[in-house]
Amino acid sequence: MQMNDKEWKPKIIAFCCNWCSYSGADLAGTNRLSYPAEVKIIRVPCSCRVNPMFILRAFQQGADGVILCGCHPGDCHYSTGNYHTRRRMTLLFSMLNYLGVESARTRVEWVSAAEGARFVSVMDSFVADITKLGPNRRLEDLRCKTN
Amino acid sequence: MQKIGVFVCWCGSNIAATVDVKAVAEAARKVPGVVFSADYQYMCSEAGQGLIKDAIKEHGLTGVVVCSCSPRMHEATFRKAVQAVGLNPYMLEVANIREQCSWVHKDMATATEKAIALMQAAVAKVTLNTPLTAGTTPVTKRALVIGGGIAGMQTALDIADAGYEVDIVEAKPTIGGKMAQLDKTFPTLDCSSCIVTPKMVEVGQHEKIHIYSYSEVTQIKGFVGNFNVTIKRKARYVDEAKCTGCGACTEKCPSRKAPNEFNMGLNNRTAVYIPFAQAVPKVATIDPEYCIKLTKGKCGACAKICEAGAINYEAKDEYIEVEYGAIVAATGFEMIDVSPYDEYAYTQSPDVVTSLEYERLMNAAGPTGGHLLRPSDGKEPKTIVFIQCVGSRESCSSGEMRGKPYCSKVCCMYTAKHAMLTKDHYPDTDIYVFYIDVRTPGKNFDEFYRRAVEQYGVHYIKGAVGKVTPEGGKLKVQASDLILNEQLHIDADMVVLAGAIEPNKSARPLATMLTASMDTNDFFTEAHPKLRPVESPTAGVFLSGMCQGPKDIPETVAQAGAAASKVIGLLAKDHLVGNPCVAHSDEWMCNGCSQCETVCPYGAITYEEKEFRMPDRTTKVRRVAQVNPAVCQGCGACTVTCPSGAMDLNGFSNAEIMAEVDALCR
Amino acid sequence: MASTYTVTKEQILSISGVDPQKCMRCGKCSATCPSYDEMEYHPHQFVAMVEKGEIEKLMGSPSIYKCMSCMACIQRCPRQVEPAKLVEAIRLGVIRQQERNHLKPDDIPALLDPELPQQAIVSAMRKYTK
Repeated sequence: MQMNDKEWKPKIIAFCCNWCSYSGADLAGTNRLSYPAEVKIIRVPCSCRVNPMFILRAFQQGADGVILCGCHPGDCHYSTGNYHTRRRMTLLFSMLNYLGVESARTRVEWVSAAEGARFVSVMDSFVADITKLGPNRRLEDLRCKTN
Repeated sequence: MQKIGVFVCWCGSNIAATVDVKAVAEAARKVPGVVFSADYQYMCSEAGQGLIKDAIKEHGLTGVVVCSCSPRMHEATFRKAVQAVGLNPYMLEVANIREQCSWVHKDMATATEKAIALMQAAVAKVTLNTPLTAGTTPVTKRALVIGGGIAGMQTALDIADAGYEVDIVEAKPTIGGKMAQLDKTFPTLDCSSCIVTPKMVEVGQHEKIHIYSYSEVTQIKGFVGNFNVTIKRKARYVDEAKCTGCGACTEKCPSRKAPNEFNMGLNNRTAVYIPFAQAVPKVATIDPEYCIKLTKGKCGACAKICEAGAINYEAKDEYIEVEYGAIVAATGFEMIDVSPYDEYAYTQSPDVVTSLEYERLMNAAGPTGGHLLRPSDGKEPKTIVFIQCVGSRESCSSGEMRGKPYCSKVCCMYTAKHAMLTKDHYPDTDIYVFYIDVRTPGKNFDEFYRRAVEQYGVHYIKGAVGKVTPEGGKLKVQASDLILNEQLHIDADMVVLAGAIEPNKSARPLATMLTASMDTNDFFTEAHPKLRPVESPTAGVFLSGMCQGPKDIPETVAQAGAAASKVIGLLAKDHLVGNPCVAHSDEWMCNGCSQCETVCPYGAITYEEKEFRMPDRTTKVRRVAQVNPAVCQGCGACTVTCPSGAMDLNGFSNAEIMAEVDALCR
Repeated sequence: MASTYTVTKEQILSISGVDPQKCMRCGKCSATCPSYDEMEYHPHQFVAMVEKGEIEKLMGSPSIYKCMSCMACIQRCPRQVEPAKLVEAIRLGVIRQQERNHLKPDDIPALLDPELPQQAIVSAMRKYTK
């Protein structure tokens, strides 16, 4: 059990929509606003592109938290995409919670392209929440482990 | 097997100061599939791009990953570069190691570790990428404008002046719209018909514009650049080509009981009629509801007098189909029905009028020849009460709503105009205007309203009218004055209601035909409220005038011109190059459930009955989804909705995103 | 002796179910009110004063008994603010403060006349049974 002695760092996947949140993350970079390096961003055209399967897959692969960022309601580039996201994720997250994945491990946040600072504060608080919870073992599939 | 090259950019010191670029390039070489990696100071420079091009040629790369700044910055640059040496531009991925790594992390070890992870994710994705080609569709160089008011006319003129064919479909027998009914316009008080009728003539005579008056759009098929529209030409019982507009028939017609729509029903017209003297096209129309020949079979007076032989009682509705490249909605507005407001006694006294009726009473071409006379007894009113916000700014929480939740925008200004014009002609008239707020943002607008108060002595009272009671030839008005905190009782001769504005009733069915979205008030929604205010989210559909929201004439004309410029921009193209990152459906997996069709905001998905050859060598007809790549914008809503997993998105496929997830979790 | 029972703005809002912030200050309630001239504070002032929290002032004013509960202000308010419900809530506040609520809830059904608004009967009963 030497492995656990090494400082544990959470694995966090952030799905960001191309038009608002991905630009918001870029803006955080342009303004040199720092947030934890555990956050790794995957670009999607719209938050509604995020299939619940992707989130399940992330947990299966050992992610400790998954966050979805989209445009603010009413501002979706595709008019209604984030409304679909909101509904789908409400259901998915309640199912995940039922399966024992703490509700703090999943989040949907609205970050506009102008909100670099908000992106940072959202990521800071999300990473803090996950760090408090510790590693996620609920859905992790050990067969997916390479090491 | 893919052969992938990884190119790590230093971005001067922007990346190299926090990320060990050599280590990233080194790590890349260990990733399966990567056959080449390099780092360079500025990948986006000529030399950097040359490095990528040379490596593609030399190593026969099938995929490229550039680790650099945000793809929003230079993705297009690198795509062009790889395309130049024959690689499909969609076989390139950018790992964002500047904005999302070197600029936000301070520690070199962590930043390098993250950069490697991001690189690995990009490699995982590009391994699964497939070459994509954007489809092209031809553009029909003809535009359709629905509605012939000032918005539609201006849009049509601007498009036609650019050299494109335009058709206007107008439901009424003449173009001109509401502006033709107005007396004067604010804030300059210039005569409305003096400025709108020359426009009507210009539209009527323009060689590139064709007017389908007394017609309606009944069906719209197709998509941007290729709309197929069915237009219903309602039977007007007068041959447009033969009628000279002499008006002899209207003089002879014995049926004189039809309410005159142009004068808001304040007087009557004949069954065969020309709406007003300057109508375009100046052609008579027979109202089948009032025509004695058409209802009872006897009469024929108009046919006898018509020297041109234009009358045809046998006429039937005709349907024509026309192809268009772009469609402009310019359906305009109506005033709400104010009769549910019992407290204002609109249905109890003819002297309670709407402001549009008042407009006709003031107009020299109106029912009273421009003399302001009470409809009840034809006397000049001495005291007039104007009530603002009748139906505007109402709470929208209850199910049963009389009014609208929004501000109608133009009422404050036209009421000031009415008050001033009345005082101009009849200086001893007492005028009271009851307002909640006076809203006059606009050039010279507030000055205009202040003139009504300061020069003309119009009584502006902050308060509301509670009830109007017709009594002994007078209208007893009970109202509140909130500034003086008292209740007022005014004996008025006339009451004018500034009713709320609502979108034309034809807008909702039209939006359904166009698959264009609307808000809860039936105004068309714009593609983006700030950046694309004259476009509908549905490609190829544009918005002009009040159908998008309340606005005054200059704003309408400005928006009409903006819509026209968007149409011209579309029609100027011979082909539309689509975005290749669109959804596509696997027909074998699709079960025809229609869920994708419901979530698609663009109406890009249709269903088709297709014949399939089954494994047992029988054939079977199945209903399957078809995505129109010219209309799809690539949001991906359908891919997640699809219960059978048949829908996928090019460039962001399930497998590709899943591979990124796997790589990042490793 | 002053009553220890004070009526708060929150209580008035909770009893009446009215949200005075919906008011856009048009004054149609006062324009409609048939008892306007009898009142010290007028319907629109009830809304504004409750919003400001001036409950004591309203409770001490005879205006609350001049309201006939005709509901015209409720009927005509374009924002569905329902000022008459505020007046009724303040009357109720006065009664609660006085701890002299003579009408037992069980007595009410027998007193109802289907032709009249229920609230009018209830408030009249309170007024005349003191």
